[in-house]
Amino acid sequence: MKLAVLVNEGPYTHQASDSAYQFTKAALEKGHEIFRVFFYHDGVNNGTRLTVPPQDERNIVKRWSELAEKHKLDLVICIAAAQRRGLLDEGEMKRHGKDASNIASGFRISGLGQLIEAGIQAERLVTFGD
Amino acid sequence: MALLHTVNKSPFERNAFDACLANAKSGSAVLLMEDGVYAAVKGTPAAKKLGDAMKSVKVYVLGPDVDARGMTGKLIDGVQSVDYGGFVDLVTQHNAVESWL
Repeated sequence: MKLAVLVNEGPYTHQASDSAYQFTKAALEKGHEIFRVFFYHDGVNNGTRLTVPPQDERNIVKRWSELAEKHKLDLVICIAAAQRRGLLDEGEMKRHGKDASNIASGFRISGLGQLIEAGIQAERLVTFGD
Repeated sequence: MALLHTVNKSPFERNAFDACLANAKSGSAVLLMEDGVYAAVKGTPAAKKLGDAMKSVKVYVLGPDVDARGMTGKLIDGVQSVDYGGFVDLVTQHNAVESWL
């Protein structure tokens, strides 16, 4: 079945980001298609490549990037939520005259229309958040 | 149309659990996950409400979250434990998912 996931909570906050990851992984293992994972509100912080958690601890951002690479996942970060929280890709960095970008591999920045599309295209949309 | 409701907050912290039970129609399912699993702990006011609700809705708990909180064996009878794969199955078996956050 075609599924979509919405993540509204940042990493290392409560548990939503972990639950979303475990759900996505389990769905892929069962042979379902993940149409898109959309990161909204504080959930955009799941996509910064600058996190450096202790080495013996789960690396939430890296875990998403690796899952995306393995399964060709579409990880989309909401642009308006990202700009407010200091999450930029190359293009946004240049557009706003900033000196760095910090988006992690496997993620892309786009608009809320991508969430709407996921809700329409996928047969189920599952929300994880705070 | 059978809905799957998920509750991820403790009933002692937020009203997501109460809101869920107030809106869950007969024949739907409720999955307690994360801190939401505390709603099924024996002897709590929430578990009493849950027991009443179980006459018309099916109640599931996410097993890994129960274990992580040391609540294994402390839940009321009649709630079914599922793993993440079981969570995925519940999502596909119901028409839509409503997440009470």
